[in-house]
Amino acid sequence: MSRVALNYIYNENARTRRPIIINKEMGNKINPYLLKKDFPVFQDKVDGRELIYLDNAATTQKPYTVIEAVRKYSQQFHGNPHRGAHYLSVKATELYDQARQKVREFIKARSAKEIIFTRNTTEAINLVAYSYGMNFIDEGDEIVLSIAEHHSNILPWQQVARSRRARLKYMYLDEDGRLSKDEVKSKITERTKLVCLTHMSNVLGTIFPVREIIEYAHQKGALVLIDGAQGIPHVEVDVQELNADFYVFSGHKMLGPMGIGVLYAREELLEVMPPFLSGGDMIEYVSEDTASFAPLPEKFEAGTQNVEGAVGLAAAIDYLNSIGMDKIHQHEQDLTAYALERMQGISYLTLYGPTDLEERGGIISFNVAGIHPHDLASIVDLDGIALRAGHHCAQPLMKYLQLVASCRISFYLYNTKEDIDQLIDSLDRARSWFSNGTK
Amino acid sequence: MELSSIYTELIMEHSRSSRNRRLLEEKDREERGHNPNCGDDITLQIKFAGGKIDDLAFTGSGCAISQASTSIMIDLIKGKGKEEALELIDIFLRLIKGDGLTEEEEEKLGEAVVLKNISYMPARVKCAVLAWHTLKELIKS
Ligand SMILES: Cc1ncc(COP(=O)(O)O)c(C=O)c1O
Ligand SMILES: [Zn+2]
Repeated sequence: MSRVALNYIYNENARTRRPIIINKEMGNKINPYLLKKDFPVFQDKVDGRELIYLDNAATTQKPYTVIEAVRKYSQQFHGNPHRGAHYLSVKATELYDQARQKVREFIKARSAKEIIFTRNTTEAINLVAYSYGMNFIDEGDEIVLSIAEHHSNILPWQQVARSRRARLKYMYLDEDGRLSKDEVKSKITERTKLVCLTHMSNVLGTIFPVREIIEYAHQKGALVLIDGAQGIPHVEVDVQELNADFYVFSGHKMLGPMGIGVLYAREELLEVMPPFLSGGDMIEYVSEDTASFAPLPEKFEAGTQNVEGAVGLAAAIDYLNSIGMDKIHQHEQDLTAYALERMQGISYLTLYGPTDLEERGGIISFNVAGIHPHDLASIVDLDGIALRAGHHCAQPLMKYLQLVASCRISFYLYNTKEDIDQLIDSLDRARSWFSNGTK
Repeated sequence: MELSSIYTELIMEHSRSSRNRRLLEEKDREERGHNPNCGDDITLQIKFAGGKIDDLAFTGSGCAISQASTSIMIDLIKGKGKEEALELIDIFLRLIKGDGLTEEEEEKLGEAVVLKNISYMPARVKCAVLAWHTLKELIKS
C-alpha cells in the first residue's frame, strides 16, 4: 500500500478513536464508561472474562491514541535520531524532541534541557544516585528517606551510603500512615545532603506534603528528590512551584508505554553532574584518550534512545490533557471516598493508610481476615479482577507496619464505582468460601 | 476456572488442619523454606529411623496453597524410605510443572493430586512446590 493510502487509514482510525472529550452536561465530572471505550483492553474479554482492572499502581492500560502513535511512528517515521541527514532520521529526531517538549510543558519545567529520558523511575533514580550521589555526597553526610519508599528509591541510596560512608536516615510514619511535621523536622538537619521521598505511597496511598518538605529541606541546605511514579499520573505537578531538585517518573504508570521514564532535574545540577552512562550520542568530540560531552540533555542520554517510547508518552500526555488532570484527580478521589466508605463497613476487612481524603489518593491496601493476600488475589482473578498482593516492593514499610503482605487496589480514570461493587461481591464470595468451604 | 476446583474442600481442610503443624520432640534435622514474594515461610523438621522417615512436621505461615501442600506432603511422605520419598517429590514437581503423569504415578501421589490445577496458575506454582523443594533439601543434606 502506498504511503498516501496508509495515511488515509490512520486518519480514519484517528477520527473514530479520538479520545472522548467529556460532554458538557456532565459538568466537571469524568464519565468513566465513556473513557473505557478509548481503551482497547476493555473492549474484549480478557482470558474469557470482563476485565476489572484495579492494579494501576503497577502499570496502567493504554488508550488507542497511544497505541496508534507508537504504531504510526514505527511504520512511517522510524529512523535513528541525531545520526543522519535523511528524512526518517530527521523525522525521528523531531518527534523525540517534541516528546521532550511535551513532557516539559506537562510538568512545567523551565527548559527542555531539564528533561532527561530514562527507561523508568528506577533508572532515573539510579542516574541521580550514581551521578550526583557518588560524586557530591561525602562521608558523614546524611541521606534522608521516608520509610514508605519503594525499593527503587532505597537500594540506590544504600549503595551511595556504603560507598561514600554517608548515613541513611528514615522518617517514620504515624499511625495513619502520615509524615508528621515533627518527624520531618527531627530527621532533616544541617547534615542532610539529600532527601528522597515518594509523592504518593504505593502501599498506603498517602500523598505526602512534598512542597512543604522541600521548602524545609532547602532551609537546611539539602536537595530533594521526589519519586513521582505515583504522583504525576494522578495529580497536577508543577516542578517549579514545588521547587523540586529532582523529580522522576515512569511512562507506563500514566497510560504510556513501558521502557520510557523521565528524570527532571534543575539545569544547574545537571550541568555539574557527570554523565551516568557514556558512549554514542552523548559526546561532542572524542579522541583516543578523552572526550567532551554533548550539552544537556544529550549528555545523559547515551546510545540509541527509545523514540517510540517517547512518542507514546507524548500521546499519553495529550490524552491526559484532553481530560484534565484536575478532573482525573477528582474522579479518583470520588472513587476512593466510595471505596473507603463501603470497605470501612465490612467487619472482615482491615484497611491501612490515612482515612482523611485530603491526605490520600486512590491506592488502598487491605487484608481480609482468614485469607492470605496471595490466595485472595488468585480468587478475585477468577472473577476477572486484577489486584496486587504482596509486599509491593516496599519491604521496609511492610516490616514497619508489621505486615507480611497486603492486598492493594489502585484506581485510574477508567475505573467505576461498579468496579468497586464487583470487587466487594467477590470478596464476600471468597470470604464465605474460606469460612464455610461452600459458596 | 472455578473457585471450587482450586480451593477444593480437601485443600481447605488441609490448610486449616493442625495435625502436621507442630514441633518434633526429637528431630534429626530441620530446614526452612520461604518464598520472598508471597511471604510463605515454613520450617520442616524430620526424624529418621531405620532408613525411613519416622516423623515429619512443620511450623510457619503462608497462603492456603502452601500450607495445604505442606500438610498433604507430610501425610504422604511419613513412613516412606528416603529413595521413595525423593521419587514422590519428583513426581509431584512434574505434576505441578504440568507434565502429564501416568495413571500409576498419579496413584502414587494419592491426595496430593488435588493440587494439579495449580499447574494452570503460574503465579501460584511456587506456593505449591515450596514444601517439596524444602523436603528434598532436607533429605539430601
Ligand atoms: C513509588 C514507586 N516508585 C518507583 C516505582 C518503580 O517504577 P519502575 O518499575 O517503573 O521503575 C514504582 C512502581 O512500581 C512506585 O510505585
Ligand atoms: Zn503462597
